[in-house]
Amino acid sequence: MPKMPVGRGNPAARFAGNGRPANPFKTMSRLLKYYGKCRWMFTVAVIMIAIYSLATIAASYMMKPLVAVLEEASITPDAAQAKYLALLIGMAGLYVLSVLTNYCLNYLMLKCSATVLCDLRKDMFDKMQNLPISYFDTHTHGELMSYYTNDIDAIRELLHQSITQLIISCISLVGIVAMMLILSVSLFAIVVVMGFVVFFTVKFIGKKSGKNFARQQKAVASVNGYIEEMMAGQKVVKAFNHEEESMKAFDVLNIEFCSAATKANTYANIMGPIMNNLSHIFYSITTTLGVLGLVTSGSVLIAFLQYIRQFAERISQISQQFNFVLLALAGAERVFKLMDVPPEIDDGDVTLGLNAHGEKVWRVPNGTESGANNSVTEIPLAGMVELHDVTFSYDGKVNVLNDVSLYAKRGQKIAFVGSTGAGKTTITNLINRFYDVNEGEITYDGIDVRRIKKRDLRETLGMVLQDTHLFTGTVMENIRYGKLNATDEECIRAAKIANAHYFISHLPKGYNTMLTSDGANLSQGQRQLIAIARAAVTNPEVLILDEATSSIDTRTELLIERGMDSLMEGRTVFVIAHRLSTVRNSNAIMVLEKGRIIERGDHEELLRRKGRYYELYTGMFELS
Amino acid sequence: MKTKKTSTEKSAKNSGFRSLLPCAKGYWLPSFLTPIFIVLEVTMEVFIPLLMAAIVDGGLYGSPDFTLRKYFSAELIADKTRFVIILGGIMVLAAMLSLAFGMLAARTAAVASMGFAKNLRRKVFEKILSFSFKNTDRFSTPSLVMRTTADINNVQNLYQQMIRIFVRAPVMMVLAAVMALRVNAELSVIFLVALPIMFCALISMGMIGKPRFRVMLKKYDKMNASVQENLVAARVVKSFAREDYEKKKFAASADDLKKAQIYAQKLFSLLPAIQMGIMWTCAVILMLMGGNQVFAGTLTKGELVSMLTYTNQVVGSVSMVAMIIMMLTMTRESVTRINEVLDEVPDITDNGSTLKVENGEIEFRHVDFSYSGKSDNLTLSDINLHIRAGETIGVVGGTGDGKSTLMQLIPRFYDALSGEVLVGGRNVKDYSLYELRESVSMVLQKNMLFSGTIRDNLRWGNKDATDEQIEHACRLACAHDFIMSFPNGYDTDLGQGGVNVSGGQKQRLCIARALLKNPKILILDDSTSAVDSRTDESIRAAFRESLPGTTKLIIAQRIASIMYSDRIIVMDKGRISDVGTHDELMQRSEIYREVYLSQNKELPQEGGTVSGGNSSSDTKGKEAVTNA
Repeated sequence: MPKMPVGRGNPAARFAGNGRPANPFKTMSRLLKYYGKCRWMFTVAVIMIAIYSLATIAASYMMKPLVAVLEEASITPDAAQAKYLALLIGMAGLYVLSVLTNYCLNYLMLKCSATVLCDLRKDMFDKMQNLPISYFDTHTHGELMSYYTNDIDAIRELLHQSITQLIISCISLVGIVAMMLILSVSLFAIVVVMGFVVFFTVKFIGKKSGKNFARQQKAVASVNGYIEEMMAGQKVVKAFNHEEESMKAFDVLNIEFCSAATKANTYANIMGPIMNNLSHIFYSITTTLGVLGLVTSGSVLIAFLQYIRQFAERISQISQQFNFVLLALAGAERVFKLMDVPPEIDDGDVTLGLNAHGEKVWRVPNGTESGANNSVTEIPLAGMVELHDVTFSYDGKVNVLNDVSLYAKRGQKIAFVGSTGAGKTTITNLINRFYDVNEGEITYDGIDVRRIKKRDLRETLGMVLQDTHLFTGTVMENIRYGKLNATDEECIRAAKIANAHYFISHLPKGYNTMLTSDGANLSQGQRQLIAIARAAVTNPEVLILDEATSSIDTRTELLIERGMDSLMEGRTVFVIAHRLSTVRNSNAIMVLEKGRIIERGDHEELLRRKGRYYELYTGMFELS
Repeated sequence: MKTKKTSTEKSAKNSGFRSLLPCAKGYWLPSFLTPIFIVLEVTMEVFIPLLMAAIVDGGLYGSPDFTLRKYFSAELIADKTRFVIILGGIMVLAAMLSLAFGMLAARTAAVASMGFAKNLRRKVFEKILSFSFKNTDRFSTPSLVMRTTADINNVQNLYQQMIRIFVRAPVMMVLAAVMALRVNAELSVIFLVALPIMFCALISMGMIGKPRFRVMLKKYDKMNASVQENLVAARVVKSFAREDYEKKKFAASADDLKKAQIYAQKLFSLLPAIQMGIMWTCAVILMLMGGNQVFAGTLTKGELVSMLTYTNQVVGSVSMVAMIIMMLTMTRESVTRINEVLDEVPDITDNGSTLKVENGEIEFRHVDFSYSGKSDNLTLSDINLHIRAGETIGVVGGTGDGKSTLMQLIPRFYDALSGEVLVGGRNVKDYSLYELRESVSMVLQKNMLFSGTIRDNLRWGNKDATDEQIEHACRLACAHDFIMSFPNGYDTDLGQGGVNVSGGQKQRLCIARALLKNPKILILDDSTSAVDSRTDESIRAAFRESLPGTTKLIIAQRIASIMYSDRIIVMDKGRISDVGTHDELMQRSEIYREVYLSQNKELPQEGGTVSGGNSSSDTKGKEAVTNA
């Protein structure tokens, strides 16, 4: 793996750094574009929201005529009773409307948000699949995973809760204010004061709470980090009788976490009672002042009092949702930023095809750059790989490879030897175009690899890596990963080539044995054999074995070697190995040091030369 | 063993949240104060509508009769302005008090619940530290981490909600209902009808919803797991050009999740509608019946309005109760998982013995061992072996042949299933764990350095080690030179997992750390695999010269690493296949020969140029062979 500055997946740093979106409006509008697919549903939902909000407000307003009728009761009892009933039926009607629209809007918004979320996920995943391998090399799994968990979760809350709540609150607030003004301008003055008090209180507490939550988050990260570290190293802790010290260090972090969490939670808890009781206080003041003479009619006061609570509720909801919205937009911004990372470009025009005899050929267009000529030249696939003066650098500063030239053809086994960072893996990264050369060129059957469509190029290259990376699924499915349309027989044949058939057929469920992601049910060597079978089923022209047997003991390696040998037959093979016993029988061994080939030749030649290979072989030099 | 396991499971199931309560120790006061404050807050809250009714009826309408009339003198009621101001004052005061109690409760709830969580976290962590390897294996590390972090977090939230809302909702419900009864008993009948309906609706919704949510969460986890797999295997995906296949696979699981999400949450889009429906039905019925009473003159207008407020309060608190019940069921799994940890019995415990380990003699007598604790699946069977103090023993064998397992019995990381393991002539079980592990130093195969400086890490071996001792250990482990090549030397900071050093350097640091213990027995479990053979040899030479009295056990893949041991043990499928010197084994052990040949197919015949000169030079050629 190339040595590159690796971004650390520190959750605390991630949390602290990105609390606020840089460009909320742009992000929001981009997010809203995802509603395009269900715009009718969304429109209907918004209309429902409007109807719902207005109906509830109207229903509350009904209190005024209702109470007014009750006031009249002493004068015209019969007429009043009939009127009262009529008004009450009207009120009930408004409530029924509210309930129905509420259900509709919730259901529609749920469908919209689920669709948007699903599309967003797919989009993100699709984009991620198209990213060049350099992106994966420079970002940790934890970092990438947090897009799918933290960020998407925040967006889910936004779509599912906050947007609906915000629209309801905004429409309601306008309606409530209008109604209050209609009812009593003088009482509304109190409400304006209340609005300010509520707004600033929320803002103040929000600020305090945010600061303390950041501190809590940091404390959480360090406690959890410590726990993770100690659990991972539990055996070492035991071996060194280090339990007491661990406990002491843990206590320090735990106490800091507790104190931070207590503060943060106090502020979070306090919000509810404050909002609730502020509305009580204003309710009381309004009642008192109203009765004292600000309003003349009891019906106005009673109707007005209904709105006081609603008003306070809406304001606090808006201010609370606002924080969630910012958080979600910050998440959305990160997601969009990921989506905007330039994808791996695949503009090669040479494709893989079959000629008239059903043999695999490269189809090279003859056209000039304008592409006017449609004829193609067919070059038979031969697995001939040549590097011409290749120079490469990951970061544009330090060259990892310098003027590397070599060739390999069908039936040859080329080995790379050298310490970590010498550039062994880089060469294979360039052959399969995980990265592109800076200078020089790599040709495949005489064609510059940069002209070959990446998919087709990689179809012809088989890779077996040190870390096996099998997928959750059956053994059969994992082998078939190499060739999706392979029949069961083909897969079994491949397993036989890899010397894996024997042990697979002795598994409890044979080829249908499920592999768990951590591979607990198979040994390292068995997993490696499956990976080899997976490469075998592709029937590649060129085979790249990158430290494929490093983590296996030498006796097991002997078993695998038999599988390897039959796999290598009739192909071009590149082998990278730490263990020199693995590369001994290669046609050519390239000793790499600091990005240059310093020695080449077969085992015997290199030993005779008594150079670096000899030193390595005799243990005078450390491979690290 | 089997019965023991099931009994643990059973006790975990039986002991619910209650068994965690002792963790509130030290935080009982805020734990009890919170509900008291909340009761006071709620009392004030339900008092306000009553005052409001009085102010409207007495002050605005001048009704002759209203709920609180008997508490006020006739003169006061007659003086409307004074009456209104006094009542208004009481109302504002009540609201202020409510605010004060609410804030106090917020504070005490935070103190109590975070303190509770702190104690619980400590208890769980302490428990896990007391686990033997076997206990840990049973849970797996990620699961233990989750139990100590996410699960405790859930329980902490539950505790907070419990002392706040669990009290608030019922108290609110009862007090508001009582107030409503006082205002008008006839109208309060509505509650009797509405409450059970509401409650049943919410509970049945929770029951229907729970399995759906579980399905959704499962799908969600599955999707994330496959994303993780995809990310980790990015190179495989790309090199097989399987991007489109992966996209299709992901799209399918995203669609699946979407369906499950809609299916689960569909139910909950009904929830607010149901709540409002019931609340408003009550309101309309109340207005209908109450209006008739007003017409009849048995109810005042102010009282009618206060009844409406009480309806809101009562119905609202029911949904709160339902929410808590759902939260309880959701947290139940976390509670169970935590209890499983707390109930797990550490299967190796300290006996408090003061016996000292005399020397590094080791003996195995008919030792059987199995990770599952069952005798039909033995990892080690019938091991008999005697190692004298100061001997150097090599151990070879394939992956899974039981080499590491055998070594781990010596410091009692595991206990033998049957038979005896003796150290210094006494059963390992006779020593205290502390003493035993102080005497036996084991460099593990999957070794680990921790965050902190190199010196911090080395001090794990001996926390009082002087700089000279540390340097000496590092020289023995051939680590001193490379440590000094770092700008900060021994104070170089190692990130988590020791990322700044190469594999070979890490191994040497781990050896130095083990040496600082000054052990009687030193076990190296494949600990020099990334070290070049020359350094490897220097380390072994240093051991020979500087630790003559220490028993050294060396597991190695590389024959070269153990060739010159006093004796070599060949392990095969959990048994000792042979014991002897290199030459003896080359003659009689086929396995040993095979391993040897797999590494030394074509020996270079020359090789005398290797420097170092710690051992006789004529054997050097054989030794200097391969690099791992």
